[in-house]
Amino acid sequence: MSIESKTLQPEELQAVVIRFVGDSGDGMQLTGTQFSDTSAMFGNDIATFPNYPSEIRAPQGSLYGVSGFQVHIGSVEVSTPGDSVDLLVAMNPAALKTNLYALKPGHTIIVDKDSFNKKNLEKAFYTTNPLEDGSLEGYRVIEVDMSTLTKEALKDVAGLDNKAITRSKNMFALGMVYWMYNRSTDHTVDFFNKKFKNKPELVEANTKVLNAGFYFAETLELIPNSFTVSPAKMKPGTYRIIMGNTATAWGLLAASEKSGLELFLGSYPITPATDILHELVKHKHFGVKAFQAEDEIAGITSAIGAAFAGDLAITTTSGPGLALKGEALGLAMMIELPLVVINVQRGGPSTGLPTKTEQSDLLQAMYGRNGESPVIVIAAGTPADCFNFAYEAARLALEHMTPVVLLTDGYIANGSAPWKIKSVAEMPEIKNRKVTKAVENWHPYNRDPKTLARDWAVPGTPGLEHRVGGLEKDSVTGDVNYVPENHQVMTNTRAEKIKRVQDNIPDLKVEYAQEGDLLVVGWGGTYGTLHSAVKEITEEGYKNIGFAHFNYINPMPKNTEEVFKKFKKIIVCELNSGQFAFILRANFGKFDFQQINKVQGLPFSNDELIQKFKQLL
Amino acid sequence: MEATAVKKYTYKDFVSDQEVRWCPGCDDYVILNSMQKALPEMGVEKENVVFVSGIGCSSRFPYYMNTYGVHSIHGRAPGIASGVKLANPNLSVWIITGDGDAMAIGGNHFIHVLRRNIDLNIVLFNNEIYGLTKGQFSPTSLVGQKTKSSPYGNTQPPFSPGELALGANARFYARIGGNNPKAMTQIFIEAHRFKGTSLIEVLQNCVIFNDGCFTDVTDKEVKDDRQIYLEHGKPMIFGKNSEKGLVLKGLKLEVVIIGENGITEKDLLVHDAKEKDPTLHQMLVRLEYPIATGIIRAFDDVTLEEREDELTKKIKANSKYKKTDDLFFSGETYEVK
Repeated sequence: MSIESKTLQPEELQAVVIRFVGDSGDGMQLTGTQFSDTSAMFGNDIATFPNYPSEIRAPQGSLYGVSGFQVHIGSVEVSTPGDSVDLLVAMNPAALKTNLYALKPGHTIIVDKDSFNKKNLEKAFYTTNPLEDGSLEGYRVIEVDMSTLTKEALKDVAGLDNKAITRSKNMFALGMVYWMYNRSTDHTVDFFNKKFKNKPELVEANTKVLNAGFYFAETLELIPNSFTVSPAKMKPGTYRIIMGNTATAWGLLAASEKSGLELFLGSYPITPATDILHELVKHKHFGVKAFQAEDEIAGITSAIGAAFAGDLAITTTSGPGLALKGEALGLAMMIELPLVVINVQRGGPSTGLPTKTEQSDLLQAMYGRNGESPVIVIAAGTPADCFNFAYEAARLALEHMTPVVLLTDGYIANGSAPWKIKSVAEMPEIKNRKVTKAVENWHPYNRDPKTLARDWAVPGTPGLEHRVGGLEKDSVTGDVNYVPENHQVMTNTRAEKIKRVQDNIPDLKVEYAQEGDLLVVGWGGTYGTLHSAVKEITEEGYKNIGFAHFNYINPMPKNTEEVFKKFKKIIVCELNSGQFAFILRANFGKFDFQQINKVQGLPFSNDELIQKFKQLL
Repeated sequence: MEATAVKKYTYKDFVSDQEVRWCPGCDDYVILNSMQKALPEMGVEKENVVFVSGIGCSSRFPYYMNTYGVHSIHGRAPGIASGVKLANPNLSVWIITGDGDAMAIGGNHFIHVLRRNIDLNIVLFNNEIYGLTKGQFSPTSLVGQKTKSSPYGNTQPPFSPGELALGANARFYARIGGNNPKAMTQIFIEAHRFKGTSLIEVLQNCVIFNDGCFTDVTDKEVKDDRQIYLEHGKPMIFGKNSEKGLVLKGLKLEVVIIGENGITEKDLLVHDAKEKDPTLHQMLVRLEYPIATGIIRAFDDVTLEEREDELTKKIKANSKYKKTDDLFFSGETYEVK
């Protein structure tokens, strides 16, 4: 073991970004989750992001088999998993090679030295050992014989095979990092006790290795005094760490309970949306009917059937799946049924980058159907925000009798953050349009004069038997009607109905400068990165930058134009080639919209945003 | 569903105010009338009946029924109907489809709906042609058939709907001529009563684009000799004078004449529609002479909604989560003060 003695000053850190990387089988997701949960319970604000290969079991030691988990912990508000990394824990050469780029110069790498053998170096295409060839000189490298030390720690534990021993070395790394950041091992030991309830030898082994790592770090004199990241100032309340997809599922559960309607999910597995299905199938105790269909189309059509029959109907998917659902979504729009369509966006086009993030389905959500078929489009901003917007999607669908497309993305869906738990009692009311008794001269397209939402008469209601379908309908009777003027009336009505949703959504908020030189505009899952960049540049002294983030895209908030008017320049930032900017230009032609775009399957970084903001000022 | 005090209906109660727009002479009228006559016999309230269709001539059907209905998109009726039934298992749900709708564009949904065994009824109008798009070959058109899209003769071999259905583990399959309203009405009633997915294939003549496609088996003159009408528990007899029957010889069904070679009625096969093993049902489906009609298979099995219901009850009874708050505040939460 050798440690470069480029000692950092001990300090009280505001925020730290740690990335755990290793082979798919090294347990990096678990290591990262344990560290972030422990930190959250300590009172830090956190944001995490997993990064795993799309291969299920990639060959051991290979570059494409590297799995990682990044966590950002802070004593201040943390809104992203962080761009560059303060501490990199690399369990093998491939992990080091694929992640070194993210480490800040001069910062720390912990490596399992044992894994830097000839075989693993070759698999990572290293011609020389980076631990020996001087290529890591700019960093502080802590080489630890982690595999050997783990074996040593476990030599007295009976009943373990070699595999079990090797697999627990991640806990050695976790123990070290706990010590470095002044964290207690209690939470993780509790976790072992629960997880391995019936395997006491595994509880003992993992606890031993965790403690071994912890004490090893303590006794290593060359490690500088441990850093501390104090608790963050957060609103008082009960919190939990929640992943975006779980939050989405829970928002739907809350909407089901509040509306008094049973939840029906029609879905087909697709990355990165499947976790919503996984979560909802667990909740039969709430009456959830989750139906895994034969394909994406049956996913949405079964949901349409359930909506016709009176359930709160949901379908979940990702980009390619939304393309398949397009025709059925048009039908739901045409027969004006409440339906929530959740698209967890991923890198496109076609199969694209299934495990990476992007915001490139916006125009598909807006226009990806035949004919003029407007639907409500909303987007969640953060992992915890997925709860609110899934709930909101259900509320708007039911109150306005229309499909709602909710856009999230791989970044917020897989990311996790503290969520101040919301009780259903705190959530806004959800009304629905069900007609339960026969009414004289009733027609299925009877509308609320204010919202234009039609009545919802569900099978089983005597006297309201009626037929709906994809053919154009008479604006009064709802019968099939091909008259040109009627088609115009119905087309206008369907558009107007969506426009009037403006009366039922909040105004666009501006953060930081309320007027000034530059308005930073974003939408959906980039909230965290944009917010953090605007915050940082404001703290640098640029006081004339405002930030307006859109969650409501179709329709947009009523005050949108008023907000735009207050700034000299507007820059629209999105993870696509300019789809929202395109929509803004179509709606607000008199403003000049500049763009920051990125289509790399990655979120924005603070630095690239700030640099571009500065160029405009 | 068979509530004790179901209103008395007549077929008129099921006739909607919409003008029926099929071509004059189309078998679709027969199917519509048979359904309107069958419904009052089913003991189901009108408001509990839902017809779901896809696209095609047949798919106009829901508009003509004074019940709940959805005229959906091409091939997708099984998905919509499944959602309706799973949302409200008290409903009597009917899928109206054609050979193109069910077996071409909707082929995937068709096999999966049969596999799952949700208590739905499917009426398949098989006319071996695309009617609404004006005369292209369908997945049941014959090789050599000349159509608008096969002017020199169709080169694509067809599906047999019954074989496909049994291959997909259909529990109930019936076949009936489009000109036989009496039997059709009875089959609709039986399909409704059957718990599980019922498929009824109607050999439906298209007077415009495929006229006479089934006359060699359905024509009044020949039907008794060309069709065998199967009834559960009864011997397999057919012929104008009930003089013919079916026996099993080796691995083949064979037509015999009663009284010849010492054959008596007792030697004939007895139809067992409820048998789980579909081997004999498959043989009947494949038989070219005579064509098997009636309820060929009606195997009682657990339905998907029964399974789901049982699971849900069990989970609800044992769950610590009664309200979403119980879930949200459970497990690893922490307080910020």
